[in-house]
Amino acid sequence: MSAVKYTRDHEWVKVEGNIATVGITDFAVQELGDLVYVELPVIGDEVRAGERLAAVESVKAASDVFAPVSGEVVEANEALDDDAGLLNESPMDEGWIARVEMSDPKELDALMDRTEYDEFVKEASH
Amino acid sequence: MLELRKTPLYEAHVEAGGRTVDFGGWALPVQYTSILEEHRAVRERAGLFDVSHMGEIHLTGPDAMAFIQHLVTNDCSKMRVHQIVYSPMCYPDGGVVDDILIYRVCENDYWLVVNASNTDKDYDWITRNASGYDVTVRNISPQVAQIAIQGPAAQTILQRNTACDLGSVKFFWCLPEATIAGRECLVSRTGYTGEDGFEIYCKPEDARHIWDTLLESGKGDGLIPAGLGARDSLRFEAALPLYGHEISQDISPLQGNLGFFVKLGKSDFIGREALAAQKQQGLPSRVAGLELTGRGVPREGYPVMAAGQEIGRITSGMFSPTFSKGLAMALISTEHTQVGAELAIDIRGKAVPATVVKTPFYKKAYRKE
Repeated sequence: MSAVKYTRDHEWVKVEGNIATVGITDFAVQELGDLVYVELPVIGDEVRAGERLAAVESVKAASDVFAPVSGEVVEANEALDDDAGLLNESPMDEGWIARVEMSDPKELDALMDRTEYDEFVKEASH
Repeated sequence: MLELRKTPLYEAHVEAGGRTVDFGGWALPVQYTSILEEHRAVRERAGLFDVSHMGEIHLTGPDAMAFIQHLVTNDCSKMRVHQIVYSPMCYPDGGVVDDILIYRVCENDYWLVVNASNTDKDYDWITRNASGYDVTVRNISPQVAQIAIQGPAAQTILQRNTACDLGSVKFFWCLPEATIAGRECLVSRTGYTGEDGFEIYCKPEDARHIWDTLLESGKGDGLIPAGLGARDSLRFEAALPLYGHEISQDISPLQGNLGFFVKLGKSDFIGREALAAQKQQGLPSRVAGLELTGRGVPREGYPVMAAGQEIGRITSGMFSPTFSKGLAMALISTEHTQVGAELAIDIRGKAVPATVVKTPFYKKAYRKE
């Protein structure tokens, strides 16, 4: 199963086996504007769903990225260290932020699919 | 929710895809396409800003000059007609009411250009202190729109649209009876970006025509509209203070590094005694420039540390588009403000190393001749 799931804080998560790849959505990136810095999580850190996983900074402001699922950080996208603009160019793909080895995959059930997320964004921007 | 105030250019911003935000009660664009792009356009070519929210207060009367001298900390006595002076305006305790531009538009007529969000407060302050002076004070902000064209190509573009000889207008001088794009206006060589450029004061009903004409005329030169985001990053790199950040009711102009604009030796003025005492006793804290040497972005409000102790807070900070690194201005204990001092900034609980550096971070040779 590799369907993409979404949070109300505008993170996305893509699951392969027990590994969740996490990023922020195209909508979030558009709202934030030019991204200039990403504070990546430390590999080996234990995160819990809803806690701060990373931070993304635009010219104007810093925003937290929350972990959509609990687990251990097994990889961070170091390409973002050199070029945070990758997030603007490819938020849903090359601009992924971290990979988490899930401790409780059932947490995914609480997340939205794309249709639900699009609906959520539409309502939120009213 | 309060209805946001709209400048005469509001429709133009919406049509151009500008993302408007609530800026001190005004609906203004924070950006059109990208803050970085708009920032670079101003540094390398030119940008057009709607600054119609700024306030204008008109002073006229035989005592206008004497009154201004009483109100502000800088010495305006040598101002010539058409000249402009920048000055803090202080409370008796040395705190700042506002920082303003004073335009001498003719012999006994002055315009004070004030920060948008301070306009009503300034007008009250000015009128309350006017007793005993033969002067008339009027808030003319609703009758005045303002457009800024900033950047190395600003003069070339503007010159195409006016018969006035802009080359003869020196830095911090104005032409009060100019015509731009066929509309009457006041034009000055001033700005808030650290670049050469002009500010155009016109009637609200003429603003759209001037805006559209300049944008069209400057297209080939790379002129683009620029929003509040770029305005802030540009002024920040030039270390131009922003009211409420580097100066405020609680941060005196001496602390805010504006000592050059405080002339204690001129005739008496509001705040003189307090500022003289601050100078004599030494300042407990002042604003210094910081460069982050570790990774991250310094932001307003973050604590600044020396040897594990908090010594102050960041007043403005960002990732500098020109230098591609984290820079900040911070109000910190004076003992730590020497250039080269090794400090740290607390970023989300992590102490990231930073060094005190000279300001401005960015300095361009202004045209002063």
